[in-house]
Amino acid sequence: VGLMETAPKPGGDVPPKKNRVQSKRKKPRRYWEEEETSPTAARASPGPSRSKKRKQELRRRRTKNTHIQKKSRISKKPQVPKKSRERRNPVPQRTLSGAQDPFPGPVPVPVEAALKFRRIDKSKKLLHSKSKTQKRLEVAEAEEEETSVRAARSELVLAEEPGFLEGDDGEDTAKICQADIVEAVDIASAAKHFDLNLRQFGPYRLSYSRTGRHLAFGGRRGHVAALDWVTKKLMCEINVMESVRDIRFLHSEALLAVAQNRWLHIYDNQGIELHCIRRCDRITRLEFLPFHFLLATASETGFLTYLDVSVGKIVTALNARAGRLDVMTQNPYNAVIHLGHSNGTVSLWSPAVKEPLAKILCHRGGVRAVTVDSTGTYMATSGLDHQLKIFDLRGTFQPLGARTLPQGAGHLAFSQRGLLAAGMGDVVNIWAGQGKGSPPSLEQPYLTHRLSGHVHGLQFCPFEDVLGVGHNGGITSMLVPGAAEPNFDGLENNPYRSRKQRQEWEVKALLEKVPAELICLDPRALAEVDVVTLEQAKKERIERLGYDPEAKGPFQPKPKQKGRSSTASLVKRKKKVMDKEHRDKVRQSLEQQQHDQEKTKPTGTRPSALDRFVR
Amino acid sequence: YFSVASFNSLLALRQQELVDLPKDYLLSTSDDEGDSDGERKHQKLLEAISSLDGKNRRKLAERSEPSLKVSEFNISSEGTREKLVLSDLLQPTKTSSSLATVKKQLSRVKSKKTVELPLNKEEVARIHREVAFSKTSQVLSKWDPIVLKNRKAEQLVFPLEKEQAAFAPIEHVLSGWKARTPLEQEIFDVLHKNKQPVTDPLLTPVEKASLKAMSLEEAKMRRAELQRARALQSYYEAKARREKKIKSKKYHKVVKKGKAKKAVKDFETLQKVDPSAALEELEKIEKARMMERMSLKHQNSGKWAKSKAIMAKYDLEARQAIQEQLAKNKELTQKLQAASESEEEEGDVEENGLLVPDVVHKVHMNANELNPWMQRSCTSDAKEAEIQKDPEQLPEPVAHQDSESEGEESPVEEEETLLKEFEERRSLRKRPELNQDAEPAGHQEAQDASSQEVLSELRALSWKLNQENHQSRKQKGNSTRAVLPVQREEPAQEEEEPLLLQRPERVQTLEELEELGKEGCLQNTELPRPVLQGQETERNPDDQPGAPKKRKRKEQMIDLQKLLTTKSPSVKSLAAPTTMEMEDEEERDQKQMIKEAFAGDDVIRDFLKEKREAVEASKPKDVDLTLPGWGEWGGVGLQPSAKKRRRFLIKAPEGPPRKDKNLPNVIINEKRNIHAAAHQVHVLPYPFTHHHQFERTIQTPIGSTWNTQRAFQKLTTPKVVTKPGHIIKPIKAEDVGYRSSSRSDLSMVQRNPKQLSVRHRKQLKEPCR
Repeated sequence: VGLMETAPKPGGDVPPKKNRVQSKRKKPRRYWEEEETSPTAARASPGPSRSKKRKQELRRRRTKNTHIQKKSRISKKPQVPKKSRERRNPVPQRTLSGAQDPFPGPVPVPVEAALKFRRIDKSKKLLHSKSKTQKRLEVAEAEEEETSVRAARSELVLAEEPGFLEGDDGEDTAKICQADIVEAVDIASAAKHFDLNLRQFGPYRLSYSRTGRHLAFGGRRGHVAALDWVTKKLMCEINVMESVRDIRFLHSEALLAVAQNRWLHIYDNQGIELHCIRRCDRITRLEFLPFHFLLATASETGFLTYLDVSVGKIVTALNARAGRLDVMTQNPYNAVIHLGHSNGTVSLWSPAVKEPLAKILCHRGGVRAVTVDSTGTYMATSGLDHQLKIFDLRGTFQPLGARTLPQGAGHLAFSQRGLLAAGMGDVVNIWAGQGKGSPPSLEQPYLTHRLSGHVHGLQFCPFEDVLGVGHNGGITSMLVPGAAEPNFDGLENNPYRSRKQRQEWEVKALLEKVPAELICLDPRALAEVDVVTLEQAKKERIERLGYDPEAKGPFQPKPKQKGRSSTASLVKRKKKVMDKEHRDKVRQSLEQQQHDQEKTKPTGTRPSALDRFVR
Repeated sequence: YFSVASFNSLLALRQQELVDLPKDYLLSTSDDEGDSDGERKHQKLLEAISSLDGKNRRKLAERSEPSLKVSEFNISSEGTREKLVLSDLLQPTKTSSSLATVKKQLSRVKSKKTVELPLNKEEVARIHREVAFSKTSQVLSKWDPIVLKNRKAEQLVFPLEKEQAAFAPIEHVLSGWKARTPLEQEIFDVLHKNKQPVTDPLLTPVEKASLKAMSLEEAKMRRAELQRARALQSYYEAKARREKKIKSKKYHKVVKKGKAKKAVKDFETLQKVDPSAALEELEKIEKARMMERMSLKHQNSGKWAKSKAIMAKYDLEARQAIQEQLAKNKELTQKLQAASESEEEEGDVEENGLLVPDVVHKVHMNANELNPWMQRSCTSDAKEAEIQKDPEQLPEPVAHQDSESEGEESPVEEEETLLKEFEERRSLRKRPELNQDAEPAGHQEAQDASSQEVLSELRALSWKLNQENHQSRKQKGNSTRAVLPVQREEPAQEEEEPLLLQRPERVQTLEELEELGKEGCLQNTELPRPVLQGQETERNPDDQPGAPKKRKRKEQMIDLQKLLTTKSPSVKSLAAPTTMEMEDEEERDQKQMIKEAFAGDDVIRDFLKEKREAVEASKPKDVDLTLPGWGEWGGVGLQPSAKKRRRFLIKAPEGPPRKDKNLPNVIINEKRNIHAAAHQVHVLPYPFTHHHQFERTIQTPIGSTWNTQRAFQKLTTPKVVTKPGHIIKPIKAEDVGYRSSSRSDLSMVQRNPKQLSVRHRKQLKEPCR
């Protein structure tokens, strides 16, 4: 109909109205306006096509913006939240300068990119809520959406891409040796592969600092050293004249915890002994929880001790009741400590609870090594039964994959991007997953490397594609393309930070220290309401008052008009509601009964009538 | 019986009275004795009557004054049937003027009422208070929206800023500015020479006008107008609805005819008076025809038409009606001659002239700038425009396409379309028949029908194609189903063995348990998989409904033994560790076998035991309140009776199921972490009624670690911001756009209560009266 109406009338000789209006509204030409506004924005050329024909490709690609931008352009439906305030209207606005925005409106963000940052689980249905509550919920959801969109948009800044290693068709990447890789990569990366020949002081344990810049290692025969391994600048080198069992950096590279034969010692980066903690004796393994400032120590005596390094106090000492503890790792996702025991179980510990949070039976023999990936999703264990297993830690604790190794793995380590390294004798195997977030597939190793001695310590370097291996013959720094996260958070772990920045960061981190008692299996539990206490308080209140102040009153029918509010109809409506409630109640009770019956139903053969004569 | 007796006595009395009456009548005035006699009789009668009513039979005899008698001592109005009035007493035999004043006084006294007591102070004060309160609250209620707005506001900045009065154009701000540098001067020289606007280059008068707000009067007038229009519309709508409700067919027929007649008449008059307007009218009619052509009404799709079509077989009238309908349809849908067509085309061209350049221009711009977002929207616009223009020329194909695409979308829709097509076909088949019957079967009609049939045939074909696709998909599904049993085959085997995991209390000793476990293990290992698969698939190839259940059960029962004893494929590492001595393989195998056989069982048994203990420990305990020896014999070796024990045993409520119920290899601690709970929220804040609601609002972290800088700033903006060094004055009515300040209103009310509304005054007065 609208079409018909707008069609110009054939009979009329008057010019159409619309035209007139247009001519009237035609704006005067301004002196600054040219004939045509030429677009000034230079458009980004599409990113170079990937060439993956090369035999071995290992590089950190610095493709600024192109990748993600391209993605955002491709995205089918640019979901732009409507409610945000700062958004300009998409109509090109007239600016004072007269220039037009060639790309009006906000940049669309791909849905799946924003989805990654969503936190509210909308699949959970809520009860019907009041309008006021509804409004609050809507505000919360809008906020979440906006923040997620912002986060997705800022992903553009993460310009670095992880490295990778690809063989030719049918070529096994495991056959590529370190020398080949070193040959293929740039000089800076090649310099990251090195061997330290330290045959004198026995097998080495090692630890990288959180920024991935510093390396500390301790030999069993007392050799302790710390160095900036990128520049190979030695910070300190001492001999503690005692056997060293484990070594670990504390929150920064300035402090170093060394588990010695008798006690736990703490040194600074000059090699000066700062503390000797005698309450932690005969320590075998050390773990540092960076956000809680806790040093977790596992001892030969079977105690798991948490030491708060910010105040220097022992938080708790938990007795694991499982004999000597020498297998320990932390879950970086929720700061839970995993202990491996000789009876094949792995127990999960929190300083707030005296008993293990969970106990998982993993192997038929004792557990030799445990490690957890950075997202807290997978746990890899190896046992005396020569098996390597990967467990799902998201509630079910079931094995996802298993593999029998010829000579079980003694040491395990997960990289930031989910690569799994296992040290078996003098060989290191590395397995990779299909993609990010998937467990490493144990079918084919991604890389293998043979060392000059038996493996004694394994750790992936954060933010560098490097695996540090401590062994009988010293330290080896391996190149493992695609192991580490390419983008670091400059405010959190900045490898290039200055001393001043480190001090600033230290203060900030101390201010944001998480209390030790908050460690539990689900770190998001803090965002939940303590229902037990809530219910208890409610019950007590009802008891105190003698009635339930929040109880729903009896149904009162709403008054209606046009004679529908007669007494009879009111009563009828009331009755209807009452009946419905009654029916619901009956139905519920029936269901309950049925449920109970099913439960109590005898599972064996039905008792026969003749059973009563059985003597 | 009693009532009958009393009735008889009554009758007797009556007779006596009747007999006595004339006598009485005669004697009544003079004779005292006779009178007293009559009185007694009357009394008797009354008694008899009252005895009729069973309740208070025995009433005390009442003395009454004689009636119908004038005495000088007493006044009686009996018999006169009039009430005695006070003035009657004063009435003398002849009127005297002296009594008039007394009368007047009397009347005045009578008219005056007593004055009610005045209300006491407190009550008056209370009423005043009430009135003042209601008035004040009314006055204050106008602040409600502002208060609400401020409460809802995300952020309040104090001192509150006024609403932006007006947008000051930059030229006004810069009016004092003068060109100083030579370059500026030069520029301005050029501008002046070319008579370009210098001071006010940006705003056209129209924009300026729009910047200025509409004046109040205008706004009011406009509002009134709008209100009026709305009211009129609603009246009209109501009327139309009323008329529509009328069910009389005759009425509608009459109305319709009247309308048609009127239209014809109007048209004729118009033709005479204003031919051009008449032409327009004609066009309108034409338009209606076109609409008809487009929408294809007057076919056989209406409710009426369908019913008639059904009846047509039997009813001649219905047949005729359908004929008429079809004829009308044909008449309406017939395409007009070339002249009108060319006209239409012209119109189209003009339209294109109007619409197209814009679009083209846009697209062109896009092509220049290569803006992907703009481009997409533009092209879609263009498409829309096309679609909008299209239906005139080819409405049929578009619809067809639509239906096709719909058909592709979902099988349900497909079915629907199929049904529709069948119906269409049927009706098509029917129509020719009808035409044959009624003779005026037009050649064109038949052609139309045939073309339509072709169309429907096409549709059917496309539908079939879809169907085939669908089937192939189904087959795929079947194949997947065939694959599924591979995963399904285990449960059947495992159904017996995991019982030990489900009911640990039934298995008494560890040995038994172990054996059971071993059996399960053996079974598992003995039966090779592929064979099983085949069997399973053969047995129930299409037993799918049962499958999910089974799988569910399988999920529940994961066997511990199996978990740990599964043979995982061993790795053939490229670089085997060198230190591994090259033992005899057999020896090594033996070693391993021994190790696995002995070490593993221990581990599993211990773990199961531990788990059972943990489960037992976490179970709520029953309370046993039996006191041995009460009510029966007590002593060593005597147990209280089972009945008694049952009676005094308080069963603990069953807790929620354990998290590790179905996870045999896991013990999850069910204890609450009270230290962490101390950090949790345990009181629901105000508007929330359920903890899920509140949880949803605190899911998003607000720290800078998890958010971008801007988002962090926005999430943590303070609710109230005060500018340092500024005086925060109380809010005024002018600030928020009200005319008079509420303050003055309030004070006025308090000062002179005459301002009170009528209702309030009434309220005040009523109790005083």
